[in-house]
Amino acid sequence: MQEFLQYLFSGMTNGAIYAVIAVGFSMLYNSTDLINFAHGEFVMLGALGLVTLWKTAGLPLPAAFILTVMGVAGAGLLFERLAIRTVSKPHPIVLVIITVGASIFLRGIAMLVWGKDSHSVPPFSQHNPIDIMGAKLLAQSVWIFCIVLSVVILLWFFYQKSLTGKAMQATAISKRAAWLTGIPAEKMVLLAFIMSTGMGAVAGIIIAPVTMCSYDMGTMLGLKGFCAAMLGGIGSLWGALIGGFLLGILEALGVGFFSSAIKDAIAFVLLLLILYFRPGGIIKSTDASRF
Amino acid sequence: MTRILRNRLLYISIVLIIGLTGFVVKNSYYLQVLTFIGINTLLALGLNMLMGYAGQISLGHAAFYGIGAYTTGILSVTYNLSPWLSLPCAIFLSVLVAFIVGVPTLKLSGYYLGMGTLGFGMIAFIVFREWDDMTGGASGFVGIPSLNIGPLSFASEQNYFYLVWSVVLMIIIMCQRIIDSRMGRALRSIHDSENAAKAVGINTMNLKLQIFIFSAAVSALAGFLYAHFVSFISPGSFDFLMSVRMVTMVVIGGMASIWGALLGASLLTLLPEWLHAFSDFEMVVYGLIMMVVMILLPQGLTRGILDFCENARERYAGTDHFKD
Repeated sequence: MQEFLQYLFSGMTNGAIYAVIAVGFSMLYNSTDLINFAHGEFVMLGALGLVTLWKTAGLPLPAAFILTVMGVAGAGLLFERLAIRTVSKPHPIVLVIITVGASIFLRGIAMLVWGKDSHSVPPFSQHNPIDIMGAKLLAQSVWIFCIVLSVVILLWFFYQKSLTGKAMQATAISKRAAWLTGIPAEKMVLLAFIMSTGMGAVAGIIIAPVTMCSYDMGTMLGLKGFCAAMLGGIGSLWGALIGGFLLGILEALGVGFFSSAIKDAIAFVLLLLILYFRPGGIIKSTDASRF
Repeated sequence: MTRILRNRLLYISIVLIIGLTGFVVKNSYYLQVLTFIGINTLLALGLNMLMGYAGQISLGHAAFYGIGAYTTGILSVTYNLSPWLSLPCAIFLSVLVAFIVGVPTLKLSGYYLGMGTLGFGMIAFIVFREWDDMTGGASGFVGIPSLNIGPLSFASEQNYFYLVWSVVLMIIIMCQRIIDSRMGRALRSIHDSENAAKAVGINTMNLKLQIFIFSAAVSALAGFLYAHFVSFISPGSFDFLMSVRMVTMVVIGGMASIWGALLGASLLTLLPEWLHAFSDFEMVVYGLIMMVVMILLPQGLTRGILDFCENARERYAGTDHFKD
């Protein structure tokens, strides 16, 4: 029981991070029909940004947090403006290659700026681990759960209650129809980019204390986040959350009870299973017509 | 008739170019790079049949490349089998895997298909990395012997260059024949509209599966040639980035064109060699080039160059007409 709980806690910690990355994927896919293969690199930029601003420059944590998210969102804005918007014939394969090119480019930049060594960051607060039936829950995990939950609830309110959020949803359903009703669809797409990359930065920041941060950490995180998004049903906020937690927990249990060799394979086996049997994801209907 | 004649002329000119290059180039580094271009051309040719003609994306093709390389490596080193016997085994295994993976995966389309193949590619990579007793794990697999036919040894760079490029020529002829056949026309109809193809009675599922298996077999062949050329393989050569690099070769060169595959493979092989001069900036420049080519020439370089020539000719003809 104690063992099981311990695996569950570590799985939920990872799962929360996958969930935030998945939310970023989903948001962007919803309003642009684009899968951003560079998303993992924005997560990496978030983590390394925190290393610089908090650990090296010595800013207070909240300030470093906000500045990093703003900086990475700014990079997302530039990415949309310079690379995605300028494509003359936006065929999906072309867009995929551009985002892959961007991910290599960003990784190269990060290697130049932060070097090839990995960096570490202390936890957000110096509390002792909480003891629940013999299993230890790290203080950083509590931070992660709180931040992830508040981000998702804020997003939900943004989509349901604010005019901008509703306009974004309208754009996601039909760009053309939204444009006809006077919604600046192009601006909504740009906003989706900024929010999605900002979300990536949040994931990077909260993961920084529990892992080593280096220029090549983004690829695997991005792919796992993507699997989580597909698992829950891409385009859905709650789906991303469920998919993320499910993936994290299954991964932790697989590593705990079988072997650590299969850790990375679990995500992709789940991805294949979900594609074959329920392409719409767990919570959506099996409809896959939007692809 | 003219098309057949034109193709024959092309094949003869390729043979001449290959023969001459192998004869003139003596520097072993250049021969090595040219051999790698040949191997990558094979990969691009196989994937091009799937992506360019049938319109099906695959982000996991490095798996078949890896299956080819590891099968021949394991059979010829661990089990002491002759490399020429392990070649059919490697191709058979990749065909088998392609069949098993293809049946459910090819029912998907668009991004979904990309993701399905991505998942498969990652699983294959993890198998290469984690199955230590067989594949040597992350530290790689060493001591794969070079090839030879009786007294003729392919240990020298020059002979290997000839071997690889004759295989490339063979596959080019094979692809050209498939494209010009009834099957090629059916494939292009799937590319344009799968529903319309179904409506005129094409068994699209079957055809997609056949071409998927064909491209997997070509990739395994490339893996076989790669393993016996470098004699050391490690999972890093068959990861997600390699799959992406293969797709990039096809797209940057220009889809649905055999010459595009050749051009794309040459560029993507030469680019890192040239970029060594930039050392630390290598990745930055590589990523930039990928983005810029796709932004400016989304149809790929071959189409881009052809369009440019056509425009120039039109403009030239236009001014002529104006003068008259």
